[in-house]
Amino acid sequence: MILRPRLEDINNIGYYLGKIMIGLGLTMFVPIVVGLGFGEINPVLDFIVGIEITLIFGFILTRLCYTEKDLNWMQGMIVVSLSWLVAMVLGAIPLYLSGHWKSFLDTCFDSMSGFATTGLTLVQDLDHLSLTHNLWRHLIMFIGGQGIVIVALSFFVKGASGAFKMYVGEARDERIMPNVMHTSRFIWTVSLTYLFLGTIALGVTGIFNGMSPLTSFFHGACIFMAGFDTGGFAPQSQNLLYYHSTIYEIVTAVIMILGAINFRLHYHIWMGNRREIIKNIETVTLFVTITITFLITALGLERLGVYPQVISLFRKGFYQLVSGHTGTGFQTLYPVQFVTDWGSLSMVGIICAMALGGAVCSTTGAIKMLRIGVIFKAILQDIKIIILPERAVVVQRFHHIKNVFLQDKMVRPALIITLMYLVLYGLGSLVGMWYGHSFLYSLFESTSAAANVGLSCGITQASMPAALKITYIFQMWAGRLEFMSVFTLIGFAVAAIKGR
Amino acid sequence: MGHKVYGSWLMVHGIVFLLALLTFVCQPTAVYAQPISSAELINNAKKYNGQVVVFEGEAIGEVMVRGDYVWANLSDGSNAIGVWMPLAMADPIKYTGNYKYRGDWVEVIGIFNRACVQHGGDLDIHAQSLEKTLPGRAVRNRINTNKITLVLILLGVLILVWILRLLQRK
Repeated sequence: MILRPRLEDINNIGYYLGKIMIGLGLTMFVPIVVGLGFGEINPVLDFIVGIEITLIFGFILTRLCYTEKDLNWMQGMIVVSLSWLVAMVLGAIPLYLSGHWKSFLDTCFDSMSGFATTGLTLVQDLDHLSLTHNLWRHLIMFIGGQGIVIVALSFFVKGASGAFKMYVGEARDERIMPNVMHTSRFIWTVSLTYLFLGTIALGVTGIFNGMSPLTSFFHGACIFMAGFDTGGFAPQSQNLLYYHSTIYEIVTAVIMILGAINFRLHYHIWMGNRREIIKNIETVTLFVTITITFLITALGLERLGVYPQVISLFRKGFYQLVSGHTGTGFQTLYPVQFVTDWGSLSMVGIICAMALGGAVCSTTGAIKMLRIGVIFKAILQDIKIIILPERAVVVQRFHHIKNVFLQDKMVRPALIITLMYLVLYGLGSLVGMWYGHSFLYSLFESTSAAANVGLSCGITQASMPAALKITYIFQMWAGRLEFMSVFTLIGFAVAAIKGR
Repeated sequence: MGHKVYGSWLMVHGIVFLLALLTFVCQPTAVYAQPISSAELINNAKKYNGQVVVFEGEAIGEVMVRGDYVWANLSDGSNAIGVWMPLAMADPIKYTGNYKYRGDWVEVIGIFNRACVQHGGDLDIHAQSLEKTLPGRAVRNRINTNKITLVLILLGVLILVWILRLLQRK
């Protein structure tokens, strides 16, 4: 028997949702301050409208649903899944008011793409967008990369138990420190430290590349936020191709890889345990999968003679591959070039890389390295069981911060999540094919959306059908939250309708 | 005698004609006199690779100086393409497009590269000449009074909600 949700459930959900809305509203002060600094009055007004609407709803919810009770698992999951939808709509308001998007749906698409750190975009005339709006596009990637709920966790939520449920609901299944609030604060410390260093590195590189200091550092901050949070937006319409710079590509590649590493691993590196990098199952798997997928991509490019020199092949092929594998989506070629120049084999290499993703508890999407490593170890264990004598006790170990013995209870969730990602990739491909795109191109774009990558082969355009836009929004949302909180929300909606 | 003179005249002109024909045929690149759109160039990059093309667009972002050369990104409204040119050639570009400015609209004639050997495989144009066709200008962004009205109305609602919150708490 399905039970209809109680008023207490709705109260708790509404209260915490309101808190998160207030937190989101306060982050809009950042573009306002920057906008005032640059003298961009109309864009500042857009953000004042955005803050006002967000705070009005946040205050109403926290007042109407006021509670002192902690969240249970179901409520925590629903708060997370709803927070992302609410953030998408509220975050889209100032962008829509800029007039650079053709419809509110397009703005919501970009807003979800930003928060989910995807990087697919439907913006029009990006090269004339105000710095205020441009900063917001990148800031929402920074907020979404750490986790919208983590923002609230760090500053607003008092109850540790409810906080942990929301933390897990946001696809973070690892605690770096015993207390989840301290964990989220550590994530912010790491991110802000890297933001400072990354902005300086990119700013100096920009000046070296002939950009003015102000633009250099502004672009540096934006590109860092999009790179470290494996988002993929850029301040100019040509994305990373705008800079025409090898050094810029090298620096951003390092930033992308840093963003794809587990925050827990960052912690151990910061604590001086550098050997963990070469021992950890995730970094080893990442190295192996990057090598394999790059070989596939390079073979495809070489076979078609796409690039006249090996160095060009490496520069273009490896950059796109790292960008895809880390789930970033920075591009140094035009989307249509994947189709016209790169050919099927290279595209397959990139699709595989996008589908795999980076580390768990990082800012990347997709299946992720720990799961791939665990599944590989499980296959290895099964092969050993078949080969070795029946009496032999087969034990499989792997290293992830500490030595861990492989157990079935680790393999099962890894396989389930992997399967769900594959279904999600397939679902988007089917919708793409329904609208007349070929299987390969549909799969490319669908994988890019569901794995929160942002590379495009040209399907993502403002002119694409609304149903395809909604499909990609759903994929970005479900892919970022790793399904469980999304399924809980669907279950909650069904219970509200059919429950007794 | 007359036939001989006529014959040698014919031979000289024939050689000149043949040389002219050879020069035309053996030219490494064909020249497209009309401006080609960015979409046409990018979608048919193999066809235009190594050809001399005419491309026009608005200079956007910033002109980035690299030694004796510069990168200028030109946008024709649908895509922007990077143009590599000598420093002096970029002199006419005074405005580049961003939120506050419409950039200079320029026409470049240059060699189109699908995967430039000099620039790590970038799709670009190496300019041979540049002409400004429309000067850029500062954009007057007047304050939108409708937005101010909306801000004030919402501010009223926000204050009302805040007061109600305080009253309820008491």
